[in-house]
Order: sequence, then C-alpha cells, then structure tokens
Amino acid sequence: MSVAPPKVLLAMHVNGADVECAFSPSKTLLEVVREDLGLTGTKHGCEMGHCGACTVLVDGVPVLSCLELAVEAEGREVTTVEGLARGAEMHPVQAAFAECGAAQCGYCTPGFLMSAAALLDGADGRTLTQPEIAEALAGNLCRCTGYTKIIEAVALANGRMAEQSRG
Amino acid sequence: MMRLPPFSYRPARSVAEAIALLAEHGLDAMPVSAGTDLYANMKQRLFTPKVLVGLRPIRELRFIDFDEGRGLEIGALSTLTDIARNDAIRAKYPALAEAAGAVSTPQLRNMGTIGGNVCVDTRCNYYNQNLDWRKALGYCMKKDGDICRVAPSSPKCVAVNSSDTAPVLIAFGASARIDGPSGVTTVPFADFYRDDGIRAWAIRPGEIITRIHVPKPAPGTRSAYLKLRLRNSFDFPIVGVAAMVATDDRGLCRDARVVVNAVGSRPVVVDGAAKALIGTHLEASALDEAAEAAFAAAKPLDNTSATIPYRKRMVRVYARRALERIAS
Repeated sequence: MSVAPPKVLLAMHVNGADVECAFSPSKTLLEVVREDLGLTGTKHGCEMGHCGACTVLVDGVPVLSCLELAVEAEGREVTTVEGLARGAEMHPVQAAFAECGAAQCGYCTPGFLMSAAALLDGADGRTLTQPEIAEALAGNLCRCTGYTKIIEAVALANGRMAEQSRG
Repeated sequence: MMRLPPFSYRPARSVAEAIALLAEHGLDAMPVSAGTDLYANMKQRLFTPKVLVGLRPIRELRFIDFDEGRGLEIGALSTLTDIARNDAIRAKYPALAEAAGAVSTPQLRNMGTIGGNVCVDTRCNYYNQNLDWRKALGYCMKKDGDICRVAPSSPKCVAVNSSDTAPVLIAFGASARIDGPSGVTTVPFADFYRDDGIRAWAIRPGEIITRIHVPKPAPGTRSAYLKLRLRNSFDFPIVGVAAMVATDDRGLCRDARVVVNAVGSRPVVVDGAAKALIGTHLEASALDEAAEAAFAAAKPLDNTSATIPYRKRMVRVYARRALERIAS
C-alpha cells in the first residue's frame, strides 16, 4: 500500500465567501465542494466529463468540476448553484425554470442553471437566439425533459433580464 | 464513485520550473494542463502517476498572436474556447477555429488547451474502459496486456488519434515548439504523429509543448474542418477531415492539403487529394477525385463507434463536403 500524499490547506473563494479547507491533492473540485464544503447542490453525474451535471463557474466561466483539481481553484472565484440566488431572491433563470417546468427529476438542473446563468449574465441585456442558447447548453445532458422547456426557460429569463437592463 | 488515484501536485510557474520538476521526478511524474483527458483516464486507472506537474500556472503560455508577416503563434495553454473565438484565427485559419470549437462541449473547451488537444491520448473501445472491464477481458497491449484486442495478430497498438486540431495543424503546415531538459526543438506536426497507438507522439518524457506556430497563409487560402460524430456535442470524432486550398487570382488551385483523422493512430495526409486538386479550378470532377483519394487512404478498424464500412464511406462524404464548402 502506498501512503497517500499529505493533505493541502487551501484558501478558496466559494459563492462570495472566503473558506479555508484541507483536502487530499487528488480531490476534484466536485468532491471538495460536496464533501468538504457541504455544498451538495452540485451533482455527481458521470465523473468523466460526459454529462455536465457537475458544472460550476470558475471566475464566471462554466467548467466541469469532476475534471477540475480543487488545488487549482486556489485564488479563483468558484460559484456553485447555491451561489446563484441573491438572498431570498432567485436568479431569473431559476425562477424561469420553475415557471416553465424545465426540471423533471431535477438531477441535471444545477448544471443547466450554471451554464445558463453564465450565458445570461454575459449577454448584457442582448436578446439571445435559440441556437445560441442551445449551443451554450450543449454540454449538459437531460434524460427527462427533451430540452424544449429548458431552452424556453432560458429565453424567458433572457427576455426579463433584457427588460430589466433597459430599466 | 470513481476517484482519482492518489498523487502529489506540483505547480510549475515557468517553463524552466516545469522542466526541472519533470526531471526531478522522472517517470513518476506526468505534466498536465487542464487534465480533461488525463483525469478521465486516471479515474479508469489508465495512468497512475505519483506526481502531477501542473502547467496551468504558467501564465505566459496563454496567448494568441497573429502577425501578417510571421503568421500565428499560440501559447500551448490557450484554451480551445480562446482559439474558437479568436478573430484573427476565425478570419485567417477558419478550419482551426472550427476544429477547436468542435471539441467535446462548451465547458470542456473552457478548460481544455490546444497543447493538450494535440497530445490527446489515442482511443480505443478496448482501452477507454474502467479497470474492472479491462481486467475481466485480460487487458490489451496499450495498458497492462500483451495483445491487441482489435487486431490480435497486430504487432502494434491500433488505438485511434482523436484530436480535432491535429489534422488542421498538419494541413496548415504548423509546428510545435518543444521544451525539454536538453533544450528547445521545433517539430512540424506532419512529423509529430506516429502510426503506433502507444508511442503515438514524437515527444519524450520530460518534454512539453510550449508554443504552436502556424505559418502565414498564402494569398487565396481557404480552409474547412468537418467532423463526424454520433452526437453533435460531447463526442470524439469518428471521422475528422481538414482541408486547405490556396488559389491564385484566376481561381487556379496552387496548393492543397487534405488530412483525415480518427481512422488510424495518426492523422492521414492524403497526397492523392492534393494531386487531384492542384492545377484545377476546383471543378466538381476534381473534388470527386480528391474525395475518392481520401476514401482510399482511410483504413479504419473496428475500435470506435460506428462500423468500419460506414466510417470509410463517410470519409469520402466529409472530404467532398469540406472541399465543396471551400470551393463555393
């Protein structure tokens, strides 16, 4: 039996808060947010980069937390689905998912929300086309919905955010 | 759950530090950039390095510079998203933007680097499986076994080169700058890949690709990359065709390259296609002849998704479509 390398102690920024955490250097970001930080909103899917269920944002960019080393998240801003809402107020895409029935079993939903939120927040009030939305969500698999309602929900949130930005 | 096997992580903050760390740990160490390919393979116990030398902190290797005189210089740590969205690449080397943008998924392209994509491990239905699966079968020669499960009489591994960017870089005459303990070498991508699924790259342990140089395109150069896969996202190519054509101001083809990937352990440069195109006005009969040459040169084996005859036939279809797009 080989001896496991010692844990590393890391200062991380997760959902706007500074956290300190000690973990094995071979842990993925997915394992650390779920097991060490208790943020179980991010889901464990295929573990191989084939499904998108584990999508989180690193510095605002959607990445696969199952293939991201947690040690490399040092000094980066990590956002999980728990960090989308502002207090009691949901992110517009969360509200739209609920309204449109864009979640069925819900397992893929946190990953979709993160990909969608990055797209919407980056759109700066611009109206997105349906192909643009589909392309941004092309890395998230859903086995229940058939995607139609998910794309509708993102378009609805996009419309509302565009309205808001016009004031 | 599939966890990564235990390893120590050593971040490198410069190329020199990376080379020194790799030399210090020898064959116990592997270099890694984003790790989107390596970590999945490590979870399946295809690699169990004791030390990972992290290249991502080498900030100066994430850049894209285009100069009308010198051509294109890409730092190896530029992400596939960086390349797919770069205005100069989209304008001057569209096939490269198309290939980078066709890799896997948006999330993976945000992570994966061009240096990683050109070194993506060769793939096979008998290799990309978890440890229990491979053990139950008795392993294969690429990992822990001694025979090839695809072609049992083959003396060499026939795993498939599945890089989307590799055939495009060959078509453009690009080269890799490789840094290592004995200095710097430059290797054209045309010479970088070998017809051997195990020793598939002309790079030695302890060396890393640091930059990619793509020559200035000749006037009148057009290019395209087309990829066949079962789903339009996630999947590796089961056929990838890169085509580059340069015509003069009268529309006469002066230079052409067609490179097919995912049908062998290295990208296949189709010399017959170039011969069929050069000196023509890219008329339909020339495109047909070039596509036929690509079909003849492709020799897929039964080791990816889809059947051998389908993949071989689709090489002709995809070569024809890539050339049509360029010619129109």
